[in-house]
Amino acid sequence: MKKRKIGFALSLALAAGTILGACGSSNEEGEGTKTDGNSEEKAFSVAMVTDVGGVDDKSFNQSAWEGIQAFGDENGLDKGKGGYDYLQSQSDADYATNLNNLTRQDFNLVFGVGYLMEGSITEIAKQQKDASYAIIDGVVEEPNVASILFKEQEAAFLAGVAAAHATKGDKIGFIGGQEIPVIERFEAGFLAGVQAVNPDLKVEVNYSGAFDKAELGQSIASKMYSSGIDVIFHAAGGTGNGLFKEARDLKKKDPSRELWAIGVDSDQTAEGVVDIEGKKHNIIMTSALKRVDNAVIDIATKAKNGEFPGGETTVYSLAEEGVGLAPLNDELSNKADVEAAVKEWTDKIKNGDLTIPETLDELTTFKAE
Amino acid sequence: MSSRLQNILVPIIAVLLGVLVGTIIMIISGFDAVAGFVALWDGAFGESYFTGETVRQITPYILAGLAVAFAFRTGLFNIGVEGQLIVGWLAAVWVGVAFDLPKIIHLPLAVLAAAAAGAFWAFIPGFLKAKYRVHEVIVTIMLNYTALHITNYIIRTVLSEKSDRTESIAETASLRSPFFESLTDYSRMHWGIVIALICVFIMWFILERTTRGFELKAVGFNQHASDYAGMNVKRNIILSMVISGAFAGLAGAMEGLGTFGYASIKGGFTGVGFDGIAVALLGANSPIGIVLAAILFGSLKVGALNMPLQAGVPNELVDIIIALIVFFVASSYLIRLIIKRFSKKGVK
Repeated sequence: MKKRKIGFALSLALAAGTILGACGSSNEEGEGTKTDGNSEEKAFSVAMVTDVGGVDDKSFNQSAWEGIQAFGDENGLDKGKGGYDYLQSQSDADYATNLNNLTRQDFNLVFGVGYLMEGSITEIAKQQKDASYAIIDGVVEEPNVASILFKEQEAAFLAGVAAAHATKGDKIGFIGGQEIPVIERFEAGFLAGVQAVNPDLKVEVNYSGAFDKAELGQSIASKMYSSGIDVIFHAAGGTGNGLFKEARDLKKKDPSRELWAIGVDSDQTAEGVVDIEGKKHNIIMTSALKRVDNAVIDIATKAKNGEFPGGETTVYSLAEEGVGLAPLNDELSNKADVEAAVKEWTDKIKNGDLTIPETLDELTTFKAE
Repeated sequence: MSSRLQNILVPIIAVLLGVLVGTIIMIISGFDAVAGFVALWDGAFGESYFTGETVRQITPYILAGLAVAFAFRTGLFNIGVEGQLIVGWLAAVWVGVAFDLPKIIHLPLAVLAAAAAGAFWAFIPGFLKAKYRVHEVIVTIMLNYTALHITNYIIRTVLSEKSDRTESIAETASLRSPFFESLTDYSRMHWGIVIALICVFIMWFILERTTRGFELKAVGFNQHASDYAGMNVKRNIILSMVISGAFAGLAGAMEGLGTFGYASIKGGFTGVGFDGIAVALLGANSPIGIVLAAILFGSLKVGALNMPLQAGVPNELVDIIIALIVFFVASSYLIRLIIKRFSKKGVK
């Protein structure tokens, strides 16, 4: 009997300790700056929710996840609760459930990757006022949400410049995902870049309507390549993997043929390797980089240091290396020329001499001088 | 053993086998199966929030399951529930956005618009089947894509200015309620579950208690005999598809007026309509069975989202389990055979 009482008292004390401990930690959470010094006691945990593409989409979500992993490594976090983690959405209906779940698991900062999560984050941010969120590619005007945008048009412009210099024909291809503002920025920038180098070049634009349909990307690419287009740029996430497959297949069939694909978001060089009789070729000319990873690290670090830009929109551009162009392919016959041209335009944009059109409407009045 | 008991036993054994094989797969792949299932349970019922989300997911599943089952009872395969759901979704949101009415009129109007749109979308294959003997499977599959692209077009051009989603529906057309929000800690559970359960009753009533329902079932059993008995087979085929489509349209209303409150451009199908086929199959096309099957699939789907975080088990595993359950239900002949063997032994 006595023993039991002692046991009971012990468990009571333990329970009280845990509860008090929990109180203590949540207090600290509230004042992020104070916990800075002793990160071992209370780590700053981050998590993200992917859209339907998943963390291995070789593009947008993957880049964000790499950013989170890098942030975790830097701060000695482990994958899992209290460290860093991600949840994958299988349909649009899952965004809210996943965002809510991560908040319930006490992650300090939750990233929503992609424009499509705007609605869910707006709603949840109003309900969970103590939690912090960040949205990539969207704007949510709530005091506990940091919005992250990119000047995709600048990266796409440079890709357009490179494409226009590399092409041997008179037509260039562009494959878009869905017709949403983000992709329009890519399209407008790309068209402007091509136009700036050679106004006579035509760009064939085709929207696949989806970000996760590689087979669609492949059939569009097949049509474009067979119509004499030799350079295709995609801004279509996983759909773009179909473009790479088609380009690799064509290269395998006819190694002498010069055809190029331009990647997007991350440096997609690894997707373009073709092995022809022991000789390695690569069909990826370059990639329009959108450093989602850098942005994620930047915002997470700011939040950790108590400088969380809640309610603000942070725009990452060429000037702060938020976007850019990946190194050019060595197989490009006029690589030096292209490189020089890209460098020249990069400087112009960085100096502020040139503003790249953001929408197709702005493109109509755009003049590259 | 009575056939009725067998009808109940087969789905249950199928579910158990599905879970069993799923467990084996988890163990072979080196995951902690117990932790996996605990995470699954926590993710579906661990907190009131998750329970609310589970109910939210169950709601369209019930209606999609009813849609498939109703057509099936009349001998028709309505593979087009997905498409009917999408047009229902759009119609509900359209009414929700366009009108400014008191709630007592606005909400029923939006719900009915969804049912009507779904019914119309299902009328097309029903009509073609009745009049020209065009197989409904082919027409409904094609109409799924037609629905997807037409609704995308309308959302982009008519309901918004080149945006990827419509405005949010008016408060007066919403199925959401502050009551459920406070009850389930801000989950997206909504009144639609009541509509779904009413529809379960309606289906049971039509099929079991009306002459028309008897005719529909008779056509399902044997068209020629029904024709000979003086029933209008063509009209019954069309009617069956229309009612089925109305259920599917209502499932769309659940998404449009409850879960989301808007319609957005879709790159692909929602999957709810196709899951409805599995729900109907597991529920043996009976109203109560569909409710139970929808509860199972809804909890699996929502609970699965929690598995990677809590147990490190990929949530695709639940898709495997669901596929296995469907597989075992489909191969029910095998299960029946085994039950027969065992019950015979018992008699001896």
